[in-house]
Amino acid sequence: MASQQQLSAIKGSRVLMVGAGGIGCELLKTLALSGFQDIHIIDMDTIEVSNLNRQFLFRQSHVGQSKAKVAREAVLKFRPHIKITPYHGNVKDPDFNVDFFKQFNVVLNGLDNLDARRHVNRLSLAAEVPLVESGTTGFLGQVTVHVKGRTECYECQPKPAPKTYPVCTITSTPSKFVHCIVWAKDLLFAKLFGDKNQENDLNVHSTDAASSSEQAEDAFERRKDEDIEQYGRRIYDHVFGYNIEVALSNEETWKNRNRPRPVYSRDVMLNGLAQQNGNISDKNCAMDDPSSVSAMASLGMKNPQDIWSLMENSRIFLEAFKLFFVKREKEIGNLTFDKDDQLAVEFVTTAANIRASSFGIPLHSLFEAKGIAGNIVHAVATTNAIIAGLIVIEAIKVLQNDTNNYRMTYCLEHPTRKMLLMPVEPFEPNKSCYVCSETPLTLEINTHRAKLRDFVEKIVKAKLGMYFPLIMHGPALLYEVGDDLDEDMVANYAANLEKVLCELPSPITSGITITVEDLKQELTCNINIKHREEFDEEKEPDGMLLSGWTQSSSVENDDNKSIGNGGSTSNAAQTVPDDSEKNDEMGSVPSGKKRKLSEVPDAAAQDFSSVTDGSRNHKKLEVVDDDDDLLMLDADPGINKKKRLQ
Amino acid sequence: MDGEVLTEQETALYDRQIRVWGVDTQRRLSKAHILVCGMKGTVAEFCKNIVLAGVSSLTLVDDRVATEEAISANFLIPPDENAYGGKTLAELCCDSLKDFNPMVRVSVEKGDVSSFGGDFFDKYDVVVASCCSLATKKSINEKCRKLSKHIAFYTVDCRDSCGEIFVDLQHHRYSKKKLDENIECQLQYPSIEEAISVPWRALPRKVTKLYFAMRVMERFEEVEKRNPGDVSSADLPGILKLKKELCEANSLNESHVPDKLLERLVMCTREFPPVCAIIGGILGQEVIKAISGKGEPLKNFFFFDAMDGKGIIEDISSPDSGS
Repeated sequence: MASQQQLSAIKGSRVLMVGAGGIGCELLKTLALSGFQDIHIIDMDTIEVSNLNRQFLFRQSHVGQSKAKVAREAVLKFRPHIKITPYHGNVKDPDFNVDFFKQFNVVLNGLDNLDARRHVNRLSLAAEVPLVESGTTGFLGQVTVHVKGRTECYECQPKPAPKTYPVCTITSTPSKFVHCIVWAKDLLFAKLFGDKNQENDLNVHSTDAASSSEQAEDAFERRKDEDIEQYGRRIYDHVFGYNIEVALSNEETWKNRNRPRPVYSRDVMLNGLAQQNGNISDKNCAMDDPSSVSAMASLGMKNPQDIWSLMENSRIFLEAFKLFFVKREKEIGNLTFDKDDQLAVEFVTTAANIRASSFGIPLHSLFEAKGIAGNIVHAVATTNAIIAGLIVIEAIKVLQNDTNNYRMTYCLEHPTRKMLLMPVEPFEPNKSCYVCSETPLTLEINTHRAKLRDFVEKIVKAKLGMYFPLIMHGPALLYEVGDDLDEDMVANYAANLEKVLCELPSPITSGITITVEDLKQELTCNINIKHREEFDEEKEPDGMLLSGWTQSSSVENDDNKSIGNGGSTSNAAQTVPDDSEKNDEMGSVPSGKKRKLSEVPDAAAQDFSSVTDGSRNHKKLEVVDDDDDLLMLDADPGINKKKRLQ
Repeated sequence: MDGEVLTEQETALYDRQIRVWGVDTQRRLSKAHILVCGMKGTVAEFCKNIVLAGVSSLTLVDDRVATEEAISANFLIPPDENAYGGKTLAELCCDSLKDFNPMVRVSVEKGDVSSFGGDFFDKYDVVVASCCSLATKKSINEKCRKLSKHIAFYTVDCRDSCGEIFVDLQHHRYSKKKLDENIECQLQYPSIEEAISVPWRALPRKVTKLYFAMRVMERFEEVEKRNPGDVSSADLPGILKLKKELCEANSLNESHVPDKLLERLVMCTREFPPVCAIIGGILGQEVIKAISGKGEPLKNFFFFDAMDGKGIIEDISSPDSGS
């Protein structure tokens, strides 16, 4: 039970929850029961049926309503006198700025995507508010504490970027089912039902196919008075038959690969069945509701877990195709894939399966395909409940500044050394972390009067001591000092120096952040710009005010602790920090031929895989035993068996 | 109705969890009957979890009338005396739990659970005993074991910011994933009586101190004929004395049962909500594993202490029993 001291810290606190979903519902409930009385909660989503298996504050009748608002109402039922402030919005909205974050004692994340997590991490750092991060996938989960200056920030360890696939793998040489899904979803579905003006790689081949692309353009358009079934089969034959034949003609591609097999509708369908299609789908006419239109249903295929044959996939493909045109014509040209759109899921599943069949890749059920196409994260209530409990325990420690007891806790599916819940001490901050390496500063300055030169002289050099700076606003390079710059750039920078801040090519105005880097010192500074009109000539003769600077405390390397005292386990591999790997996931745009085509879910488990990246292990993970036996584990306690998402 | 396939409603509702544990487990859950007695915060959490998971039925036993203390960590019961006054804990929880999943039948069974016979327990696949004396736990466990049906038996208790789960699956067959294969395994569990009879000095040296501390509390309540959890600071001297006696009798060094730990367990009888969530979650997972026969269940005790944050499994069984 919480002590008196803890209770009063809890009672007087104001906490921010980001996310009112799986973790959020459990967390809000536990916070309320634990005595928290002022809770703010942000969530941009509305409630869906698939949430109800674990987001227990919601009911069927709430589907479509704001999660943050309904969560609040549900919790007030058993804690009517606490204050819960819901925000139905995106945490990335400018309203949720540093000042907003500053009003909280702690921020608790219950998010499901990397982008938002990074965003909250940066704001928490800027506001100097501790952040408790968490994530769950299936039976796995973890809770981590991030306190500026004391522990790593959320981005100190590189998080894997969403998976991307080379264009040619998707268009020409798929080897995995997910490649077929991406093809079906982002190419075929998009081409047929999406924005016609959107660039589409569908007919990109390894060889120059300039002439055939003209033909291909026609191929996807419905011909005048073309029968819908005929149209469908023509498309089928074009993408699964003709396009494969064309690809096969390029011998080079298939030298070391299995050749695909072209598939034509005549081969997989019998004419009799075509008739059958026609009869059964008449039943659909009675249903007006577009969301209930289903090719599976109209063909009597009931089980989404079944793996259909090539023939069944083909039938459903053609039926789905037809139903789009017959029942949802108005939407064609505007559709984007939505995992909750049954017909879209059926179309993508079957298209992917037919392609997979061509390429000798195993077929998948609708259920499985939907999960891949929809980036569905599998989730259960129990893990979320456990993680929520752990979050509150850490939050209470944070409120009391109980810094020595902060823990990162891993919820394991299989016990490691008898533990299902494994606490470890947080890492120290990463000195070269892009985000938290230096204090984010605030600069008050008159952006209409001060020139870039003033900024460089008075702030960058005089205050920050950076003499070889690189000044950037987002991707725009405003100024840099270096030996290898060409004349044009030097001239450009010289010109910039004389410009007033708000008139720079990439204008510096109030609210934006500029980055000042000094590569020689490996120092990066983010500076939040705040416009101020007037400055006291005596007190602030520079006409600008820099704040937020604190001396970075020299963190003691507890060398005694890192030598195995109680005997190391076989896992105690000492990994040497690998300097060649940069932590720059921010700037990583896939170069060369790779182009981002699709994303794979940012399951919380991906956070685990970042821990397996033994590239920088500057502090050993220690699980502290009661008896002061310090046991050494590598950076990946028991998680190293988990596969990275492919 | 096609018995092979889940209903459309189930498929839509359970989609996310089916992706975790599969259709087969979901089907087995939908046939499982759960009995729970002792409706405090931790058990409330467990009930929420198991109802969301989609069992066939959940039966609650707890005739105690609601009091402010009893409901302090129980989110199923609104803290309005006008609303809860006069009703039993089971009744109040039942009303709330029904809402979580209309497909689960939640009901109340009145009476003293220690008086129920084997034929009563035979209706259930899982029995969870909480807020019961040791004698009651043993008795229920025995009744379950006597039946030919394999009933999974659990006890769960939280004191201060600590929690304990006990598991008895008797002879349990299950499958688990090894690399890309499913392998068949089995475990043999001791009864609660057998487990806590294992002499302390026979246990591995590193057994968590919480195990011993809980046994001291349990014994004190037994000897003093107290209701579970009915201790106060006035009892501390008595408890420390009992600890000394037990350690001596077991030839166990007293340092294995720290006074500070016992103090915590005595001074604070209210549950700590975060621990309720954690223990209720672990218990939920375990019950789902037992019902599905998939995944290695924990054997046979689980402990959590918020002070050190570790969730530890201890195998408390004599060398000849258990595998």
